[in-house]
Amino acid sequence: MTNHEIIEALRGSVPEGAVEPYTAADGMPAIYVAREHLTEVGYALRDLPALQFAIALDVTGVDFLPREPRFEVVFHLASLGVPGFGDTPKRLRMKVKVPGDDPRLPTVSGVWKSMNWGEREVYDLFGIQFDGHPDLRRILMPDDWEGYPARKDYPVQIKMTPKVYEPLQLTPEQFAANLRANRDRVREG
Amino acid sequence: MSEIEIPVLTTTVTKMVQWARRSSIWPVTFGLACCAIEMMAMSTSRYDIARFGAEVFRGSPRQSDLMIVAGRLSRKMAPVLRRIYDQMPEPKYVISMGACASIGGVFDNYALVQGVDQIVPVDVFVPGCPPRPESLIYGIIQLQRKIDQQKLTELSSESSRVPKPLIING
Repeated sequence: MTNHEIIEALRGSVPEGAVEPYTAADGMPAIYVAREHLTEVGYALRDLPALQFAIALDVTGVDFLPREPRFEVVFHLASLGVPGFGDTPKRLRMKVKVPGDDPRLPTVSGVWKSMNWGEREVYDLFGIQFDGHPDLRRILMPDDWEGYPARKDYPVQIKMTPKVYEPLQLTPEQFAANLRANRDRVREG
Repeated sequence: MSEIEIPVLTTTVTKMVQWARRSSIWPVTFGLACCAIEMMAMSTSRYDIARFGAEVFRGSPRQSDLMIVAGRLSRKMAPVLRRIYDQMPEPKYVISMGACASIGGVFDNYALVQGVDQIVPVDVFVPGCPPRPESLIYGIIQLQRKIDQQKLTELSSESSRVPKPLIING
């Protein structure tokens, strides 16, 4: 299924101009999505009977530093092609342009739950905010880290004293509150 | 009843303690990266660190004498490593295994600690990427020599905590 066929299938379900085709160098079907319509395009890609991209494989960021818009966020989607999950197996690359002075876009973690941690990683390394994300905090770097290491203007060979001590002691009230919050998160999720 | 010959060995308390301690260096089970594979190989029957009394990798730092820092140490892991070291009872020793643990190795970047001697006092540095099990065994033998030179009176003093690095060649 080419990207033009995918856009044809999306027509009527998403606003005009929300999706545009793009020719990827490796021949994979690829589209650009306007960031203000990202969530509804995501739901359409997942739920339309002709498409049914049930799986979001990964999400990454790209920093094109001198260029504006500076960032692109890239999603890879897959449709299994088994009954109930699309009629043919297919893949799709979905890109979103994000300007450098306002690095934010709506979350798709409500569409594909696997994007929860993926978006946290993009936030951690690129500093791109995902509006509406349920738990947007750092996932790889320490919680109190300053800066976003995968940006091109980040000093990679930064020299600083490593932190040796990290207080882990909690009051009994904090410990009980953590347990309760985790339990509620599991029940809701 | 005939006269029984009792075998007797005379020694000093210091020598006895030194012998006992250097012959049972128990490392803590703590591997960080690919060096840990070589560390595990060291304890298998092929290289057999049991010959030197160090084969018992303890699951708890409270039962260990030696920490082998096997691999690159990320800044996020540094407080954890220090906590494990602090939980080990005195006297305790640290071997920095491999290039990454010793000086950061090829990873000259923001994410990794450039040498674990910034975090814990290191007794023996073992070079290599990763060091072969024989190298690590040689490092443990060097540590045994170092323990042999420790006086009993120094054991509880502050001076035993100050690292005196010993760099082995090869």
